[in-house]
Amino acid sequence: MDMANQARIKETAEKYGTDKVVVILGGAEAESAGLTAETVIAGDPTYAGPLTNVALGLPVYHIFELKDLIDPQVYEDQISMMEMVLNVEEIITEMSDIRSQYQDG
Amino acid sequence: MVSKEFFADKKICILGDRDGIPGPAIAECMQTVGGEILFTSTECFV
Repeated sequence: MDMANQARIKETAEKYGTDKVVVILGGAEAESAGLTAETVIAGDPTYAGPLTNVALGLPVYHIFELKDLIDPQVYEDQISMMEMVLNVEEIITEMSDIRSQYQDG
Repeated sequence: MVSKEFFADKKICILGDRDGIPGPAIAECMQTVGGEILFTSTECFV
């Protein structure tokens, strides 16, 4: 997760409160999505950015996980093509694993 | 899993991926779910 986005997330969480902020990801791979999720929950695991040792505990979801909540036509237009080429199952499993590791699931 | 109600009063930060789902596509979707989108970004992990 790049430094600028870590800073933005940190500022946003401080301004609005960690109970009001949600992070939505579009990562292409389970590993990168998982790392980003870990960063906004438990802090930067690479100890490089503004979220180092800052455990915001933010709710974080991959857009694939929210399919049932999204208008079907919009999902079809915006997401369905990438859904065919990316490993959706692996990404959803990784997101769920990371959340249950740090949060209630 | 979360419900639409969960997002109703939330501030949403979108971190898209150039090789996955780009930020603007996620934003279009989230506009149909609820909450207020604060920022949309598209990262490149390469």
